[in-house]
Amino acid sequence: MQAKKSGQSEHSKLLLSEDSRRREGLIAFIFKAAAVLTILVTIGIIVSLLSETIGFFARPEVSLWKFLTGTRWQPLSSKPSPENFGILPLVGGTLLVAGVAALLAVPVGLGTAIFLSEYATEKLRKIIKPVLEILAGVPSVVYGFFAISFITPIIKTVFEGWLGLKVMYFNALSAGLVVGIMIIPMIASVSEDAMRAVPRSLREGAFALGATRFEVAIKVVTPAALSGIVAAFILAISRAIGETMAVSIAAGSTPNMTLNPLKSVQTLTAFIVQVSFGDAAAGSINSQSIYAVGMTLFVMTFVMNLISDLVLRKFREVYE
Amino acid sequence: MENNIRDTHLKNQSKEPIIETKGLSVFYNNRLAIRDINIAIEPNKITAIIGPSGCGKSTLLRTFNRMNDLIPGARVEGKILYNGIDINQKALDPVGLRRHIGMVFQKPNPFPKSIYDNVAFGPRINHYTGNMDELVETSLRQAALWDEVKDKLKESGLALSGGQQQRLCIARALATQPDLILMDEPASALDPVATQRIEELMIELKEKYTIIIVTHNMQQAGRASDNTAFMSLDRENIEARIGILVEYGKTEQLFTNPRNKETEDYITGRFG
Repeated sequence: MQAKKSGQSEHSKLLLSEDSRRREGLIAFIFKAAAVLTILVTIGIIVSLLSETIGFFARPEVSLWKFLTGTRWQPLSSKPSPENFGILPLVGGTLLVAGVAALLAVPVGLGTAIFLSEYATEKLRKIIKPVLEILAGVPSVVYGFFAISFITPIIKTVFEGWLGLKVMYFNALSAGLVVGIMIIPMIASVSEDAMRAVPRSLREGAFALGATRFEVAIKVVTPAALSGIVAAFILAISRAIGETMAVSIAAGSTPNMTLNPLKSVQTLTAFIVQVSFGDAAAGSINSQSIYAVGMTLFVMTFVMNLISDLVLRKFREVYE
Repeated sequence: MENNIRDTHLKNQSKEPIIETKGLSVFYNNRLAIRDINIAIEPNKITAIIGPSGCGKSTLLRTFNRMNDLIPGARVEGKILYNGIDINQKALDPVGLRRHIGMVFQKPNPFPKSIYDNVAFGPRINHYTGNMDELVETSLRQAALWDEVKDKLKESGLALSGGQQQRLCIARALATQPDLILMDEPASALDPVATQRIEELMIELKEKYTIIIVTHNMQQAGRASDNTAFMSLDRENIEARIGILVEYGKTEQLFTNPRNKETEDYITGRFG
């Protein structure tokens, strides 16, 4: 419009019309609203978690100290007392399951990633990667049944039949192994992406010095991709800690303070499921206890993320 | 240490070529890339390979330490003799070969490790049993980098400037105690000052090592090399883009009195 007035009509295309400026503004507003919504939802979750958790600890039947250090978790007992609200068995059960899962998934996942990125031909990679992604897409309830119908019987045969150890039908080992299988694709896929992002020139530099394929993979590619690999581990282990369905099915619902993976344990998530499916009245100590447990879960994954940040800053090999 | 290096290189003081190719052709997925190359590289000399883009200079260079093995679909025909040994025979271990032949690349590619670990990488994978600190120092001195980095050996190699990074890569190659160093346009990513340093370094290094350098830069070839090979695309079948060796000889002679018309056109800047 201004252009017309000053007679520079050939430059008029440089000036935005009122309409298109308004449209741009609207689009920016929509995206901003989406971003704000996400943040609000996150804040909402934290606030509701926090308020119920505070409500839980404000009760005379519980104490924060006993909650954090107690080794007995019997919230459904007829007479609630601080001694019955010790979170450690649930935390222990969760870590036991996640630990077994990590022991299986970290080496297998990393090995798969190294194979795919450094050894496999392009053809083979194009077959294996989709298979991994299918594995990642199987609903977790299916994994749960796979655990009790397939893994548990094998564990029974091996540990009880051959080694003569007592194995509970619902046990942490079975749950841990199946969660491990669930997170292998995540570790393999994310690690492989990180490894393939390592510039070819670094590999060539190492090969030219007489490094074998294995030395290139272990001494050059893996350290250079470490940030991505550690991120994959943390992501996967966070997933293992938060995994609910398969664990509820396979590990049982007996809070047990134990390091023996052949025993039945209850994880934080499995407890939440158990109470949610029951008929705990809103505002009752039972319903509030699941918020406290949820908060514990939240803090655990949050701390994991902090640790991974620290690890990354210390060991990262930046290649650009 | 110093003496050791010298001893192993005395063997090459004879006039026998360190590398000799006979009827060498390279294919990528059955497409001919370079054809029938016959060249003999003199020891303790700098040999420059020049020519227009895409004529197979780097391909030729990479056959000498079998780096082409890493490219799926690459195939080599003809013979390459390294100190008289056929390096394409089945029994030859390319990993072992690369420990004798160092390589410096177009873009500096130090590992994302400390300066020290970069230089020590080759010796470590070779299970070097001598004094590593000494070897690292010697290698960095030979690459004319020691004085600039001696107080920060623990810092990342990537914290160095481009020219320093390239000298670090040269030190890294020297640390495996090769007798031949292949340089693939080592100065193309560097500024003129850094380039000059690399050239001076090459001339110092040729006392102990043989250097083959691929370069786009004719002045560089003219300044730094003893012998020059001019490669170009086969004119009789230009569409196929097949690299051939047009002329090879003493640098002075090739630059001042080329035998081939095409060489002359290229050197005088009429094409390429």
